Amino acid sequence: MTVTGSAIEGVNANPLRDFRPRRVEAGLLVMVAATVGAAYGLASFGTSEAIPADLGPFLLWMFGLGLVVHLAVRRWASAADPVLVPVALLLNGLGYVVITRLDGGLAALQSTWTAVGVGGFVATLLVLPRARILESYRYLLGLVGLGLLMLPLVPGFGREINGARIWASVGPINFQPGEFAKLALAAFFAAYLVDSRELLRTRLELRDLAPIGAAWAISLGVMVLERDLGSSLLFFALFVVVLWVASERWIVLAFGGGLFVVGALLSWQLFDHVQTRVDIWLDPFADPKGDGYQIVEASFALADGGLSGTGLGHGEPGRIPFVETDFIFAAIGEELGMAGSAAVLMAFLILVGSGLRIALRASRIFDKLFALGLTTLVGVQAFVIIGGVLRVVPLTGITLPFVSYGGSSLVANYALLALLVRLSHEQRTAEMT
Amino acid sequence: MNPRIRRLGIAFVLLYMLLFAQLNRVQFFGAERLQEDVNNTRGLIREFGRPRGPIVTADGVLLARSLPSDGSVDFVREYPEGDLYAHIVGYQSLNVAATGLERVYNDELAGLPVEQQFTSLGDLFADRDTTATLRLSIRHDVQTAARDALGERRGSVVALDPRTGEIIALWTYPSFDPNRLADPDGSAANAAHDELQSDPADPLLAKAYREIFFPGSTFKLVTAAAGIESGLIDAIGPVFAEREVYDPIPAGAPIRNFGGSTCGGDLVEILRVSCNVAFAEMGAEWVGPEGMVNAAESFGFNTTPNIDLPSPATSRFPVEFGERLADVDFYRGFEEGGDPSRSNGSVPIHEDSARLAQTAIGQNDVAATPLQMALVAAAIANGGVMMTPHVVVELVAADGSLYETIGSEISRIAMRTSTANTLADAMRVVANEGTARNLLVEGLDIGGKTGTAQIGTEPPKSHAWIVGFAGLPGEEPSLAFAVIVEATEGASEQTGGRVAAPIARSVVEAFFGIS
Repeated sequence: MTVTGSAIEGVNANPLRDFRPRRVEAGLLVMVAATVGAAYGLASFGTSEAIPADLGPFLLWMFGLGLVVHLAVRRWASAADPVLVPVALLLNGLGYVVITRLDGGLAALQSTWTAVGVGGFVATLLVLPRARILESYRYLLGLVGLGLLMLPLVPGFGREINGARIWASVGPINFQPGEFAKLALAAFFAAYLVDSRELLRTRLELRDLAPIGAAWAISLGVMVLERDLGSSLLFFALFVVVLWVASERWIVLAFGGGLFVVGALLSWQLFDHVQTRVDIWLDPFADPKGDGYQIVEASFALADGGLSGTGLGHGEPGRIPFVETDFIFAAIGEELGMAGSAAVLMAFLILVGSGLRIALRASRIFDKLFALGLTTLVGVQAFVIIGGVLRVVPLTGITLPFVSYGGSSLVANYALLALLVRLSHEQRTAEMT
Repeated sequence: MNPRIRRLGIAFVLLYMLLFAQLNRVQFFGAERLQEDVNNTRGLIREFGRPRGPIVTADGVLLARSLPSDGSVDFVREYPEGDLYAHIVGYQSLNVAATGLERVYNDELAGLPVEQQFTSLGDLFADRDTTATLRLSIRHDVQTAARDALGERRGSVVALDPRTGEIIALWTYPSFDPNRLADPDGSAANAAHDELQSDPADPLLAKAYREIFFPGSTFKLVTAAAGIESGLIDAIGPVFAEREVYDPIPAGAPIRNFGGSTCGGDLVEILRVSCNVAFAEMGAEWVGPEGMVNAAESFGFNTTPNIDLPSPATSRFPVEFGERLADVDFYRGFEEGGDPSRSNGSVPIHEDSARLAQTAIGQNDVAATPLQMALVAAAIANGGVMMTPHVVVELVAADGSLYETIGSEISRIAMRTSTANTLADAMRVVANEGTARNLLVEGLDIGGKTGTAQIGTEPPKSHAWIVGFAGLPGEEPSLAFAVIVEATEGASEQTGGRVAAPIARSVVEAFFGIS
């Protein structure tokens, strides 16, 4: 009977042989390629009034990278959610088009980083046939995470660029170890809470909140020593959210929120640069040519964009300082209008939705918390930087995942994507068998 | 755990909705406010990112053009004639608000109006140069003559065609080089602007149409028009008494002639010698406040002129002369040797009738732009019809076709045709036999009126004026003009004729091609 049953159910009997999600993904990827290719041509036409000479090679290169990602998923995570990869590639492609339009030199580097990122994606899928492997290395990952976080502070390795000490140099390569630390820490938090979760749920004593205190102290340390407000906020949010879901206790949120307020007030009191950030958040027009310049110019750029945008290559996004990294959202809003900027918001919301669906459906606690942590990282990071550009929250300089220029950010986010794809594959496989 | 994850999902949706709401605020609802913010130079940068059409004179001299630039902007504006046309063409600058035609015709020069962008269906698909060339009515030879004749004396020259309102020359000294303000190097442009702005001579101000001066005796043309329109006065009567001093009623500052001379006579005679006492009497005791205000306002005083240049000044004539005291049936003629055959009827005397007597000779609170006084002469030369003054006559497309022709428009009826003809004839007498003899050019029909508006006694200083018209004999006058030389030495009735008339003559000679 068993044999007959599986014969009747056909391909569905073995989820590893069911390629329907991959067919959906392939279709979406073709649409992404067409969209990004068209945008690339239009941007070039807008800036130099000519169809770019390298349009053909560019499309081939893009199709090639998309194909590599797609084949890797097909080979090693065939059941995974078909939406994750196309959405990430759309964001990456859109960001690349805008960077090309802003600065050809950076675009060449970004294309290299994209290739490295795709390599990292494939490697992650290859090295981790199961996400739970990470669970057994929890303390190592914790240490690695902390180590990476502190690396910029080590004399000889650390570099301070643009006021933030978040860079490390190993030989000729400069990178931001914090981008990778967040992945390691997300894994560590998830694994650590698998063990302590039951304890936290049944009783709650003051010392059980100690880990929050520790995370808070580390976040503050990052902010004070590395002057990196954005990452500091990101780590703290990651920890509190994962702990809250794991413990299922509201007090965690309340306590975390309270500590956040205390930390924010303290740093506002103690540090000039934090005060400046808050001042220009409240009223950037008080000093439109000085401290407020970046935000003010970004607002002007977005206003110029209006609903439909100036058209790719027809705006003046280059007037905004750091437009390729922190403020790339303003460049998209200017040249593609609210249609484009709202699409970026939707794309991140879709990523967050897909990530949370994995967390919801995963059967193993570790997978659940890990997927949750990774999703929180992407969702909060995008919110914090877009909110900063739009003046919803004070500006903190971090990258817009997949979109901004930046090697570390791009490679780390491709690794994050691979981890989500891996978790999704496992969850769906488990559901279908 | 799953309920928590769902709540987290809701939290994310709410947070992103907050971003979306703010996106609406910045990109849609608040976009206009942001675009108009004073700190927002994006519009300017855009303007400088596209070429503008050239500006040329009636005789084809290039006044402004766009040149490609390698600097911070894609195009810079070049003004080949420098300061000669600065007060007409203006400038387009990155740091300072644009002026002149660059401002008024900004959209047309930049090729923005829909009519310029789509002249035919094919334009939807072709990328065509949509900028417009401005062709002016200004003649380079006349403008140059005005500048050369005025020389380095502060003053203005306005010349226009009385039949159409087309301005032929418009020059004010001192002027400035607009190229300095169009410098793509913002700090250089700013420095130039600061320097020009702190210059006490105010070279940035186009005084020819943006500054008002005492018109002095040139205003007697308006008083004379008021007298004729009242029906009480014509070319030959009444004969005003020969007097040295006019004592106003009620008592006020007495009015004398220049140099203490004695004068009187009929309208033509008192215009010929520019008789202060007779015109003071005419204004105060024959015409009265209502008639004077009506006449001045018919000529365009107290109304901002409708000219295609930005921010013209409004010429001024007082409207308030106090309480009406009495209607006095009083006629000086009988007592002081005037014409007994004419009567001024019953004249309403007001509290400020003494002041009215002063305004009648262009003093007190009367003030006019040189443009306004040129329009007074033009209206007289054109049978009482004042045309709307303008400097732009055609908007030409890059391929030579016409986008638009700016036609002639009647601005106002300043007086009856018969009144205008009487005054024009009187002005011919003034030019041929009176104070404006320096205007005369052999073979031309010329009329004029001088003015000397005293502005100081220690040492004596005055604005020297001449207004008038010129034409070929037997034809309607084709040129009307006003010249002022500001704060010139001396103050006699001859000052206007001696100082200003030769400048006007040079302009007339240049216009008619007489050397």
